[in-house]
Amino acid sequence: MMVAEDNGSFGRRSATSRAGFFKKLYTEYGQEIVILGAIIVLLIVVGSYNPRFLSVRNLNTIFAGNAYIAVAAIGMSMVIITGHIDVSVGALIGVLATISGTIAVSGYPVWLAWLAPVVIGAAINMVVGILVAYARIPSIVVTLGMMSILRGGLISVTGGDWISGLPKSFMISQLKPFGVPAPIYFMVALTLLAAFWMRYSAFGRSLYAMGGNAEAARATGIPIERRTMIVFMIHGAFAGLATILFATQLQIIQSTVPPNLELTVITAAVIGGVSILGGTGTVIGSTFAAILFATIGSALIFTNVSAYWLRAVIGTLILVTVLVDVMRRRNKR
Amino acid sequence: MHIRKILRHETILAVLTVIVLIVLSFQSDRFFTVDNLLNQGRLMTEVGLIAIMMTFVIATGGIDLSVGSIVGLTAILMGVFWKNLGMPLPAAMILAIISGTLAGFGNGVIITRFSVPPLIATLATLALYRGIAEGISQARSVRGYPDWFYVLGQGEFAGVPTQLWILLVVAVVSALVLGVTRIGRTVYAIGFNEVAARFSGLPVDRTKLAIYTASGFAAALAGVIFVSRVSTTRSDMGTGLELDAITAVVLGGTSIYGGRGTIAGTFIALVLIQGLKNGLSWPALREKEPSC
Repeated sequence: MMVAEDNGSFGRRSATSRAGFFKKLYTEYGQEIVILGAIIVLLIVVGSYNPRFLSVRNLNTIFAGNAYIAVAAIGMSMVIITGHIDVSVGALIGVLATISGTIAVSGYPVWLAWLAPVVIGAAINMVVGILVAYARIPSIVVTLGMMSILRGGLISVTGGDWISGLPKSFMISQLKPFGVPAPIYFMVALTLLAAFWMRYSAFGRSLYAMGGNAEAARATGIPIERRTMIVFMIHGAFAGLATILFATQLQIIQSTVPPNLELTVITAAVIGGVSILGGTGTVIGSTFAAILFATIGSALIFTNVSAYWLRAVIGTLILVTVLVDVMRRRNKR
Repeated sequence: MHIRKILRHETILAVLTVIVLIVLSFQSDRFFTVDNLLNQGRLMTEVGLIAIMMTFVIATGGIDLSVGSIVGLTAILMGVFWKNLGMPLPAAMILAIISGTLAGFGNGVIITRFSVPPLIATLATLALYRGIAEGISQARSVRGYPDWFYVLGQGEFAGVPTQLWILLVVAVVSALVLGVTRIGRTVYAIGFNEVAARFSGLPVDRTKLAIYTASGFAAALAGVIFVSRVSTTRSDMGTGLELDAITAVVLGGTSIYGGRGTIAGTFIALVLIQGLKNGLSWPALREKEPSC
């Protein structure tokens, strides 16, 4: 199913040497620009309909409340770009949130409660990575199994109880340095960091090579197995970071996660221009896509359209994006 | 040689299932009662119907993530057709099942006509179909169905839950179709090597279209049975069902890359999963309520 597609482009880098700056920008970041444009149009249109939509408070809610999805989508993008998938990330975030919350209320130092999800996330996904890379079990099968294990474990350990009475110092998402909620700093910094790493480091570039054509990548001397495992570990660490943002939003931690969180994260990556076939896409796109979802959700409320239509709108959006993408590829050939 | 390999997986799985069932029956004397087993069959039907059609889908090398959403959409449409539009219930049921089947047909069209990878196509329709269900229902549930309707999900026929008969018929027919007919051979051929199948003159697109439509139909049927079993209609019905079904199919020995897999394997895996779900919940229940 995860067939590597050899389209010759290396992380969508096919710009010609003397083309204009904007043309180059568009050919390289077409999808990202389209999504950014959609966000801006949405902000202007809905903002002129209801000015309160553009209030600082609402914008903060839109961006900060969903930053954790964007952060999780960064790791997911890396996994998908290398030609794999992870359907267990929602369950993983649920488990990590419970672990983090338990540490926080047990009187351990707060930094431990922040560090634990990142380390444990990477460790759990190391197991997934080993099974995928060395045992060569398809990633969808491994992560389906991992999802069942994590979900089942979570329910049997917590018994469905919520964690409350979290210490104030734990609540990193509620901080507002310079009036901007902390999750936004995280989202921007992590996206830029990952984007630069994937574009300019040898390891980062090799993700595209592995997803584009694994055999060719192997022939050029890339240690595919080890790097696949490491990519899964990085993805686990990002899931841990997302967990911190998610778990410190509210005063309680539920022993469940938003249902279908994994699909929201995968969708953000795919809409952001990450081809499910591997080999192309950027994390800037996936972050924009996560912001776009949040903006649409908020826009529905401010235009008095029932928020229950949100998923239908997003579904239509995915379908249109995918069909446009398929058409564009067809024309290229 | 190839057949033998397949049989071996299922034999191992069957032996494992028997062992698990025996172990579980020692855990609680209430596990191995006719009542409990039949009741477990009742609970297994919805995911079972979906998993059987999912076997076809995965055997072609595809996947259908939208089935859980089709369950919800069908349930909501049936409720709305009956309660809000005032249709007679049988007509509402049939129309809802037709709608669910069309949803599956839609998947098939996106996948075959536009050659969108099944994972993405059905990921999109997963959101879309669930979204339509949520949008239409506005989180209102529909209840108060007439008594005869509950026969489907709560009644019995010849001592066996009604829906279990449906599951058995679907399973037997599907096993025959996949095992001995030309359609079944085509499914394996597509899954094994789609390009080769196309060049051999097999109706690849038509078969895939039919399979995704059938998958939608199975999900729609499961949706109606679900409503009848729990006596109410809600838009979040069937959430996550797709992953349960895929788990059963993969555990049953169907290769996620396509080309391999049988209905028998899927069925055994379903029994194993349901047995574990049920058997493992007994000790937990005992812990919570000592008097029980």
